[in-house]
Formats: sequence, C-alpha cells, structure tokens
Amino acid sequence: MSTSPWEVESIAHRAASAFQQGHVVSTVGYLMLGLLLTASLMTVVGIVLIYAERKVAAHFQCRLGPMRVGWHGVLQPLADAVKLMLKEDLVPAKADKILHLLAPYLSLVATVLTLSIIPLSPSFQVVDLNIGIVYVLAVTGVGVLGVLVGGWSSNNKWSMLGAMRAGAQIISYEVSATLSLLVIVMLAGSLKLSDIVMSQADGWWIWKGHGVSLVAFLLFLISSTAELNRTPFDLPEGESELTAGFHTEYSGMRFAFFFLSEFVNMFVASAMMATLFFGGWMPFHIGQWEFFNAVMDWIPPFVWFMGKTSFFIFVYMWFRWTFPRLRVDQLMLLEWKVLLPIALANLLLASGVVVSGFHF
Amino acid sequence: MTVHISTLNDRTTVPENSKSSLNTQEFFINMGPQHPSTHGVLRLVLKMDGETIREVIPVLGYIHRSIEKICEHNTYRQIVHLTDRMDYLSAVMNNWAVSMAVEKAAQIELTDRIEYIRTILAEMQRLQSHQLWWGVTGMDLGAFTPFLYGFRDREMLTDIFEETMGARLTLNYIQPAGLMFDIHPDFVKKTKDYLKYFKPKLEEYEALLSANPIFQQRLRDVGILDREKAVSLGATGPVLRACGIPYDLRRVEPYGVYEKVSFKIAVGSVGDCWDRYSVRMEEMRQSIQIIEQLIDNIPEGKFITKKPAAKITIPEGRYYSQMETARGVLGVLIVSTGKEKPYRFHLRSPNFNNLWTITQMAPGSRLGDLVAMVSTLDLVIPDMDR
Repeated sequence: MSTSPWEVESIAHRAASAFQQGHVVSTVGYLMLGLLLTASLMTVVGIVLIYAERKVAAHFQCRLGPMRVGWHGVLQPLADAVKLMLKEDLVPAKADKILHLLAPYLSLVATVLTLSIIPLSPSFQVVDLNIGIVYVLAVTGVGVLGVLVGGWSSNNKWSMLGAMRAGAQIISYEVSATLSLLVIVMLAGSLKLSDIVMSQADGWWIWKGHGVSLVAFLLFLISSTAELNRTPFDLPEGESELTAGFHTEYSGMRFAFFFLSEFVNMFVASAMMATLFFGGWMPFHIGQWEFFNAVMDWIPPFVWFMGKTSFFIFVYMWFRWTFPRLRVDQLMLLEWKVLLPIALANLLLASGVVVSGFHF
Repeated sequence: MTVHISTLNDRTTVPENSKSSLNTQEFFINMGPQHPSTHGVLRLVLKMDGETIREVIPVLGYIHRSIEKICEHNTYRQIVHLTDRMDYLSAVMNNWAVSMAVEKAAQIELTDRIEYIRTILAEMQRLQSHQLWWGVTGMDLGAFTPFLYGFRDREMLTDIFEETMGARLTLNYIQPAGLMFDIHPDFVKKTKDYLKYFKPKLEEYEALLSANPIFQQRLRDVGILDREKAVSLGATGPVLRACGIPYDLRRVEPYGVYEKVSFKIAVGSVGDCWDRYSVRMEEMRQSIQIIEQLIDNIPEGKFITKKPAAKITIPEGRYYSQMETARGVLGVLIVSTGKEKPYRFHLRSPNFNNLWTITQMAPGSRLGDLVAMVSTLDLVIPDMDR
C-alpha cells in the first residue's frame, strides 16, 4: 500500500520480541518504558494544556494571563498543582463516600488507557492494537462513568442534574463520533492505528476521501467537543446554571483529577483527528513529488504529530473562548436530528466511495 | 398572580398531567443566594420536574439595609448619598432622581450647564451599565470572553468618571441645586475620544455575540412576556419596551435636556429574551448619539445655583418625581412636614417590579432558559432589597 520508508515498532512489540528471545531485562525495561511514557505523557500533557488554555484564553480576552510565576507564568501550573495538593479534601456528610472518592479515578483511568495506544511517532507508540479504533471508542466511553458516579454520589441536586446531563450528552454524541470514525476505517481498510497512518503516505484522508472524509471530520470535531464537555457543549459543568455541575462537591486533587482527565481527553481527541484525518505522524506528502516529499521527511514524525495535534487543541480552545453554551434540549436535538442522520448518510456514501474505488 | 411560599413544604409530588410512565417526582431546588447567575443575592426557589421549571418563587431580603428608613432620619442633602448604593450601576440617575424631587419641591432653578452635564453623565452611565450587562449576559450563557470585553470598555468610562467625580462605582456627584463640583477640564475631550473608540467596539459586540447562532437560539422565543402582564406587574425600562410599548420617561415626561436632543426609543415586538437583548444594544447606540449631540454644546454657567446649604427645607406636602434609569423607572416619593428631614421617603425601584415578571415567564421552560431570563432582566439586587 505504502511507498514510505517508515517501519512502525511499538514498545509492546519490542517487549514481546525481547521476551521471545529470552532477554528478561530488556523485556522489563521496555515494559517500564511503556508505563513511564504513558505516565509522563499524562503529566506533561496535563500541565502544558492547562498553561496553554490560560494563555490562549488570556489572548482571546485582551489580557495577559499568568505572568508572575516564572517566565510568562510558565511555572504557574506547577504552583497550581502544589496548591491543589495542599487543599482540604472534602466529602459531603451525606454523600456516598466510597463512590464519591472513586469517581475521579474512574475518569482518570479511562483517559490513561487511551494514551497508551496513540501513535506519537513510528518508534514511539506504547501498544499498537489491531483493534485500535474500537479500543479507543470503548475506553473513552468509560469516562462518562466517572462523571455519572461523581454527580450521583455527591448528594447534591445540582451535581445530579449535571451528571444526568453528562450521561445523556456523552453517550448520545458517542454515536456520531463512532459513525464518523468508521468512514476512515472503511477507507483505510484497517482498525489498526499504525496501518491508518501508513495508508496516508501519499496524502491525508481529509482530501483523499472525496468529501466524505471532510464531512466525517466535521462531524467528529463537533461530537468530540460534546464528549469532552467543552463549550459550546459544557452543559454537565454549566457553571452559570448548575453552579459547577457534577463536580460541585469536589475539592483539591479530586477536582483536579476531573480536570486533568478533561484536558488529556482533549489531547486524545485531537490526536485522533490528526491520526485519522491528517496523517498522524506522517509528513505532508504529495503523490509523486519525490523531492518535495523528501524535504518533508526531514521534519521528524514526532514534530508532525505534535504540530497537528496542537492545532486541533487550539481549535478546541478557540471554541471555548468564543461560543456560548447550548441548552440541554437543543443539544439533544442537534445530535439526534441533525448530526446522526448526516453521519448515517455519510457512512452510506462512504461505503459507495470505497466500493467504487473512487478515492485517491 | 398567585405565589405561595407555603408550597415549599410540599416536597414530593408527582407532576400533574404527567404523561410519562416513569414514576417521577417534582423537587425543589435553591438558585441562590450565592448562585453565580443570580447577580448578587437573589434567591429563587424553583419547583422542578427534571430540567423543566414548574414554578419560580423569588425570595428577597438577603441584602436589605433599610435605606428608606435611614433616609427619614437624614436631611435631603444627606439622602442623596444613600441612593447610589442601591442601583450602583445607575448611581448618577439615582442621585439625579432624588435631587430632582427635592428641586421640584423646593422650587430651585437650575442653569443650563447643570442640566447638560447631568444628561450627559446619565447617558454615559446608561452606556456603562449596558456594557456590564452585555458582558454578564454572555457569561451567563456560557461565553466568558464578552464579560471581559464589557469590563474593558466599562473601565475607560469609569476612569473618566473618577476624574470628574472622584469615585468609580458609587458615584456621588449630583446634589440638590446642582453638582458637587465642575467637570474635569479634560472631560469633554476624553468623552469624545471614548465615543470614537467605543463605536467600532459595539460592532465587535454584535459580531461576537449577537451574530452567534447558538446565542440567538438561546434567546429567541425564550421567556416571552406579554404586554398585559408586563404592564400589570409594573415592569419598566427595556423589559417593558421589549414588549413593544414605547414607554420611556426621557420622551414621555422629559427632564434634563432630553427635549433638545433627537433619539429613538428602542422597542421590541415579541417580548422575549432576544427583544430585551436587542433593545439594550440599540439603547447603547442611542446613548452615544445623545452624548454626541450634547458634548460640544455644554453652556457656560454656574455648576451650582444655590449656596450648598447643609439643610434644605421643602414645604409641607407630598412630592413625587421619576427618572428613567438604565433598568427602568425609579420613582421618588417625599412626604414633607416642612422640616429639614422627610416625614416619609419611599422609592419605587425598577428592579423590584421587573423581577416579578420572571414568575410569569419561567414556568414550562428549562433551567438553562431561566439563566437567560434573569440575565436579560438585568437585575441589581440591592435596588430591590432597599
């Protein structure tokens, strides 16, 4: 399929081959590397995105944002983390204590599990599952459990309303998100993320797919925003309506966990858009232009990946600091009466495109 | 209109006419007094059926300071200083309303200069109040950026006020018989510069928020208030005008120099949140026009016509005067026994009457709509809880 020189080797794959050759130390080393990569990615992404969000917001709003702690406030997220850790850990007297304590971890776990599968570069991917996309969709669906449990166990009516909204919203929009990703699965002919990236060596799916992938991309952009609980779909939180929604009763680190998972989820969604529609770590290639393609290959794949992902993260932030919030019934109407029919029709059209071999 | 606070005890009821086969229960929820969108310390007790509002019961009194009673223990000059603490976003108009009542009663003549300056300041204050309201409305509906834009532009007007009046929020400048002191030498230039700056910004406001389809969807056909109810509940200001009733005291009973300027009264047609929004946006444009017509023509003359005596006495009798503030009609009733302090002092505040319209608008709509309604009523709670 591809003419590119890239060879994908995930960390899990390396650990497996080391194990087969009997190198126990290397196997353990690779497994540790995988864990470390996932954990550090989680931390770094969280910290960088929190800083980025504040700076982006500040510039949208004609102000400076954090400026005092470190150069242009770069150490502010660390200061925030210290503050959050020192805060009192509150559990409401009549809350369901075990579930209340468990909920933030449920959210976090769902996020961590997806991080391991993201192809950061050909040599930098923890696991390369052959059911990659199905795995991502299944695991991100667990995140809603944390929100639901958190809102329900808080014994607060506002939290309860927020949790109910979140449940309805995230599960509904999951449908459109899945249908739009299926378009790329059909075009690429694989569920494996590395295969999907490789299939874009001669051009990204966003324009190879003759419009159907563009529609799928827009659908995914909208429905993933809803799944991330970000403006204009931030109803579960809805601070002006529900005071703070599902996390009203959370303080300190537990509150931070909810937000950390939201930010990392934003990274995951952006990474998925970059990977599926814009070639992931694959450089920008044009058909037979050998020289141009060679120049593009000079830029490391990791930089390509991060560049594309950062752009989509910026788009999410742009949404957040521009749009007002929808109302709960308008939100549902948008999904079930607008996005879903379009997604279904698009999927049908895409199957036509694939069967007729109409794509590039 | 029936509002029964006693229903608060009636906790678990199955909704009447419920078509659902599920065994649902209505529940009560407190919105406020510390809720982010109740603009201060308003408490709304909501009877909810899921996300649908069945009944709204406003509960007041969390910031009550007995201003009217305190006024009855103070001289007329001292009273003025209390009024800017009520509707702090219409401080100039509040001062003016009381001063006007006293001036009418004591038959104090004013110079043109005083009237011009008062009118300009009142319009600047209306502009400032609407800017803040615009930002807050954006924030209430989930867009935080407008809030800071509104504040950015408001801040510059506040700086101009500070130079002339020495205060930033509780402006205390208008007093019976004139003004506290003359305007700052830079006042005219800075005001003109500001208008030049703000006109394009108003277009930016429209592009950022008014033109946004989500925002329009949140306001159109939401919180419809019909004319009869608006009138019978005593709603005034943009809330009344949004229903299509062009009642504006600046035209109906002109004061200051409003007779000398040309401006349009902004009116809506449906009386929904969108109309209330549009009316205020148009009022900002009209305020700019009014200021532009007056700012170059401030006549020379005294800024106070009577030596500021500590004690003004007004003849025995009942006196009433009213003023169109940023939120509606502020009425001032003075009952005098001929002494230096009023026998009875009463204020008719616009916010109090406007608030009660929510009991008529809200039932049947969603929780998110209530936020839009409270927001477009533009409430300032200390003004109701006098």
